Amino acid sequence: MKRQLPLVLVFIFGVFMIFQYFVPHESSEWIFEFLLDWIYIIGIFAMALAIYSLVRVSWDKIKHRRENWQYAVMTLLGLFLMVLFGFDYGRHFFSAEGLQNFMFRHFFDYIMIPIQATMFSLLAFFIASAAYRAFRARSLLASLLLISALIVMLRFNPYLGPVAEYMEKTASWLLNVPNLAAKRGIIIGVGLGIVATALKVILGIERNYLGKD
Amino acid sequence: MNIFDRMMSLDRRWVFLFLALVCVITHVVPFSIPIIITQEAKSIYSFIDTLKEGDIIFMAIDYDPNSLAEMHPMTYAIAEHAFRKKLKIIFTSLSVNGPGMADLAIRDISDSVKIGKTYNGVYYEGREVVNGIDYIFLGYKPYPALVIVGMGQNFRLPFPTDYYGTPLDEHPIMQGVQNYDQIKCVVDISGTSGVDMWITYGQGRYNFPLALGLTGVMAADYYPYLNSGQVFGILGGLLGAAQYEKMADNPGRAVDGMRVQLFAHIVIILFIVMGNVGFLLSRRKARKD
Amino acid sequence: MEQLSVGTFIWMSVAAFFTLATFSFLYKDNPFYKLAEHIVVGISAGYFLIILWHNGLQPNLFNRLEDGNWYLFWLNSSRPWYIIPAILGAMMWTRFSRKWSWVSRWPIALYLGIATGLAIPLEMRNRVNRQLYSTMSEVDWGNFFGNGFLDSTAGFSQLLIFLGVISALFYFFFSKEHTGVFKGIARFGIWILMIGFGSSFGYTVMARISLFVQRIQVLEDYTTTAWTGSGVFLLIWFITFGIFVIMAAYELIRFLTRKQSATPS
Repeated sequence: MKRQLPLVLVFIFGVFMIFQYFVPHESSEWIFEFLLDWIYIIGIFAMALAIYSLVRVSWDKIKHRRENWQYAVMTLLGLFLMVLFGFDYGRHFFSAEGLQNFMFRHFFDYIMIPIQATMFSLLAFFIASAAYRAFRARSLLASLLLISALIVMLRFNPYLGPVAEYMEKTASWLLNVPNLAAKRGIIIGVGLGIVATALKVILGIERNYLGKD
Repeated sequence: MNIFDRMMSLDRRWVFLFLALVCVITHVVPFSIPIIITQEAKSIYSFIDTLKEGDIIFMAIDYDPNSLAEMHPMTYAIAEHAFRKKLKIIFTSLSVNGPGMADLAIRDISDSVKIGKTYNGVYYEGREVVNGIDYIFLGYKPYPALVIVGMGQNFRLPFPTDYYGTPLDEHPIMQGVQNYDQIKCVVDISGTSGVDMWITYGQGRYNFPLALGLTGVMAADYYPYLNSGQVFGILGGLLGAAQYEKMADNPGRAVDGMRVQLFAHIVIILFIVMGNVGFLLSRRKARKD
Repeated sequence: MEQLSVGTFIWMSVAAFFTLATFSFLYKDNPFYKLAEHIVVGISAGYFLIILWHNGLQPNLFNRLEDGNWYLFWLNSSRPWYIIPAILGAMMWTRFSRKWSWVSRWPIALYLGIATGLAIPLEMRNRVNRQLYSTMSEVDWGNFFGNGFLDSTAGFSQLLIFLGVISALFYFFFSKEHTGVFKGIARFGIWILMIGFGSSFGYTVMARISLFVQRIQVLEDYTTTAWTGSGVFLLIWFITFGIFVIMAAYELIRFLTRKQSATPS
């Protein structure tokens, strides 16, 4: 039961979904919609697992006074405050007024957005540093990569004079021909990999999701 | 230690400072650069521009604050263009922090559309866009693939209510709108892998016209779908947003940002060239020795 | 123009403070950056929880059971079968218990079965078949060299796409040793792949720079608002930037005195 039933469930539902794609009869559509309706609810509970993990790790850090435990307090405080504002200070649990709460919106607009946006903007500097220190044309392959990168970067540079038009056309051709061929090869490979893995899961060959006994 | 060896051992914080100074100075100095329109961007603009008053488009705001810089200008440009043409928009968000981004964008665009302006020689009177009549925001659900497939059956299946908790059937915009069959196109503004879900599970199963607004990191990867016809247009990064702003005659953050982009690219290219010149010289020296 | 309120400007200052705190990481890791990092993690988690509740559980579960009573486990509701997915979802949480984690396999199996079954025909059709159809399109031999400089629709471009896709797929086929003709085709494939990665890199540089450009625009807006607003705005602006200017000055003095003490007298 512990291992057999999940394998049987995966097989039954997997085969049904494949069957449903090719046989869109009214009754199969009805079962399809019924299953989707259930899976949305199951999925929401699964997503909440991540929150529990964060709380557990932060609490553990505070309890055992590990290094930088004070910052874990800030993490839990941020979490607690957003939940408080999101439920409109506990006044609206079962209606969506909390989403319009002044503090909830302002914490998102004026704290979360600036920090997340700025964190990723640091990458601009790291890419400049990497360009300076690490991007070397050590071989033919690296040279090909660098040259195509340079052409794409110079694509719309108006200061290239008469060369500007040819640079734009070359960049456009690079994107629509060799780049397209490369990415298409990767897409086809990924697609075949996904189908193969999905088949292995349905047929019970791939069982890592069951975990250990 | 020759000059190139000294340059290679330079503290990277000087590189950061140099780039920051170039970007700030370029931003402060007023000048403009031409924005060249590509075919893949033009396709999206032309498609939306030829729609009639009352037509419904679907916009998926699938990005987080980390891609805000490139995606927000696209969202603003496309949504404002659609509202000016009196199209109706169904918004949704299939990324974790996307609902907040969409909520912010809708508030800002609603304010912007209240002001009458002239675009491409045509005067558009300011108007109030009303939730439930001119647009609706469905909200967020996890697992984009399943949500996209569910919406293809009926929008009410994954979204019985909108983001604000009102049942969909209480909104006039959703009268007679069941699924993708009643909408003219889907525009997915995405910084996540959700775009693959839209192509495979959405367009692949329900065959609606799909346009993509992507971050620069992802843009080059989706040209195969453009070529195969699964996608009819791509806006790539800040450049794509600037192109749309130019076509819509609504210059904003993207057109302004492209000026800085230009010089930042020149700086990065200089760094690459300098690094490689130093590398070649030191390799030649090592061979001689 | 409508005058901005002090409250809104304070919020803008909070945003500017956290922006500068995060940028300070470029110099070195420091308490301001750590504070911003940990706060954003907590706020993001709280935000996500609220969205899951109001956008997820509320409309899809609680609204459907609202005509029932919680103390009867909603069995008297008109749609009591919605309890079952809720129970299945709650079973996922047994993942954390060593003794009961096997219970979580059932809802995972249900989800995996549905997701994989849905994926197979659609991925095969859209990622594989449709891409192969487009690759095998007829080469326009009549217009082989195209119109103008490097025409993407010309016959040679179409032929190059076909050869490029095939050779890229040859490169990724590791079940056979890359020798002889196979090796030659795979080598052409890796050249095509490198050009593709280079194009992606070119776009990536633009993407990264634009993220920084947007931050400059935001800080510029904040500064303009402060300098064109009231004295109170200017004072708050000075405090916000002043914290980081003082930090930078302190580090500069430390750097210079370290350099001085390092040079022999």
